[in-house]
Order: sequence, then C-alpha cells, then structure tokens
Amino acid sequence: MTGWTGAEIWLIIVALGVATYAIRFSFLGLIGNRELPDWLLRHLRYTPVAILPALVTPGVLWPAGSDGSLSLPHIASALVALGVGYWRKSAVLAAICGVLAFVGLNALA
Amino acid sequence: MASANSSRSAFLQGARDAGPFLLVAGPFGALFGVVATEAGLNLAQVMGFSVVVIAGASQLAAMQLMLDQAPAVIVLLSAIAVNLRMAMYSASLAPHLGAAPLWKRALVAYMNVDQTYAVSVLKYEDAPEMSLAQKLGYFFGTCVPIIPVWIIATYIGALLGEVIPSDWDIAFAVPVAFLAMVAPALRTAAHVAAAFASVVLAIVFAGLPYNLGLMPAGIGAMIVGAEVERRMGARFVPPAGGSK
Repeated sequence: MTGWTGAEIWLIIVALGVATYAIRFSFLGLIGNRELPDWLLRHLRYTPVAILPALVTPGVLWPAGSDGSLSLPHIASALVALGVGYWRKSAVLAAICGVLAFVGLNALA
Repeated sequence: MASANSSRSAFLQGARDAGPFLLVAGPFGALFGVVATEAGLNLAQVMGFSVVVIAGASQLAAMQLMLDQAPAVIVLLSAIAVNLRMAMYSASLAPHLGAAPLWKRALVAYMNVDQTYAVSVLKYEDAPEMSLAQKLGYFFGTCVPIIPVWIIATYIGALLGEVIPSDWDIAFAVPVAFLAMVAPALRTAAHVAAAFASVVLAIVFAGLPYNLGLMPAGIGAMIVGAEVERRMGARFVPPAGGSK
C-alpha cells in the first residue's frame, strides 16, 4: 500500500485491535455490575451515526477522480444506499443497490 | 447435568437466533477483504485486521483514511471512535454476564460485536429468568454464525481482490457501504439529527488538512444526537443488528 510500510500497517492493526478489545472488555471485565452514567451512554449511543457520515461526506461530494467538482454517480449512488437502507432497514440490500447504481451510472456517463 | 443440558440448548438457540445475521457478516467481511486487498494489503495483513479487530466499520474506516494518506494518529483515533459504541455494549452486558469467571468475560469481550450483542441483549431482556450459564451459552451460540463467517468471508474477499482488476473503482464501495450501514440505524429523530449534523460539520471542516475535521465533526454530531434525545426524553432502543 502506497505510503505505508509493512511495520506501520501492523502497528495500526495491533493498536486498533488492542484499543477495540479494551473498549469491549471495559465494563464487562473491570467494573462488573456497575452502570455507566446516563449522560455518557447517551453520547456513546450516537457514535456510529455521528462518525460514519462525516467520514464519507468529502469522498461523496468531492471524489478523488473528479478534480474537486460534484459527480452525479457518486452523489446519486450515495443517496440510493441511504434511501434503500432507511426504507428497507437492510444494510446488505442498501449496499448492493448503491453499488449497482454507481456501476450503472458510470456505464451511462 | 440439567444445567449442562440447558446451557447447551441455550447455545443452540443463540446460534439459531443469530443465523440471519450471517447475511450481514458474510458480505461485509468479503467487502473488507476485497477493498483491503485492492488497496495493497497482503493476505496476512487483511486477515490480521479481521481476526484482531473484528469490527467491520472501523476496519473500513481505517482503510479509507490510510488510502487518503491521513497521519497514523488520525487513522487510529477515527477507527477507535467508530468503536466507542461498544463501551455501551460492554456496560449493558455487565449486569447479565458480570458474575462469570474472568476468562469467560474476556472471551465474551473479544466477540462482543454489533450482532452478537444485539441478539443476546434482546433475549436477556425478554427472558430474565435465564441462569448465568444459559446466558453465557446463548451468547457463545450467537457467535457461531457471525465470527467464523466474518473471518472466512474476509479470506474469500481477499482472494477475490487479487483477481479483480485494479483499475475498477472498487474504493467507492466503502462510502456506499458506510451509508448502507448508517441508514437502517436512523431509528429515532435523535439519530437522524446526529447523522445530519455529521454531514454538515464534515462540510464545514472539509478545509482542514489530514482529515483533521473528522474528529470535531464526529464529536459535534454525538453531542447533537445526545442533546436531541435528552430534550425528547427518548428511550434507549437496542440496535437492530444491521449496522456492522
């Protein structure tokens, strides 16, 4: 992978693995039956829906191949994935429809 | 013997109840295998991710940021942030499994992913009369159709990735997959508000170098979600399990 040595990639794998394990073990392993404060649970609950859209937004709006201008296939297939997922409540179906929309629109363009 | 039998039947029931999530773990494991291989990781590294981390969204997040040449610290912090929700899983399993021996809790922690957690905690709330042995048996049962499938699917994806021509724009499958995971999780107004704030803040901070905007956007969106929930007095709804 360009820009990353094998050692750096392994460092990321191990560090992410250790940190993720620590998160999963935390309360179950060390604190036993004590409960988390409500305000903290309330914030943790939103981590996936708070982080993942921010992660993908730049790549959808300004994809690498398009010189920083808007690209119809990228935006349309993102909306298809979002819409199908919300409507059908199925991540797998949404991903398949989104990828098909992307491939189809690129073939038309 | 009675308790051994009942924990075995709980194990089998857990495996059956989690069965449908095979259809989530399989495709997303394969997707990670393909994307990571196309990005240039070797087979050992691809498998290392899926065996050591076992968290699809954070693995794909790490891949995307590595492809964007973000600094290692940003790669790690962002991928870890995606997994912070698992602290909530850990806390909510603790009252049910906290009395188990340490090594069993350590094993539960390793396999405490979206689907095993969601299926198990819904069962525990539905059947509070279950014994500790039955609850543990049930949890390990839910792992059967998910954890091995996740690892094997990654391997199949990695083999596919070596065959797929590298000029295909397979990388765009990653944002599509993320949105596909997020959309079914938009269960309440607070979730929708958090996701919307996430997009808006990502645009606001888009000018920052090294993907530095991701953390303030994510933290800001978490605060928006929590605040909307607090004002609406929303109750915790366990995840449907489709957000791996």
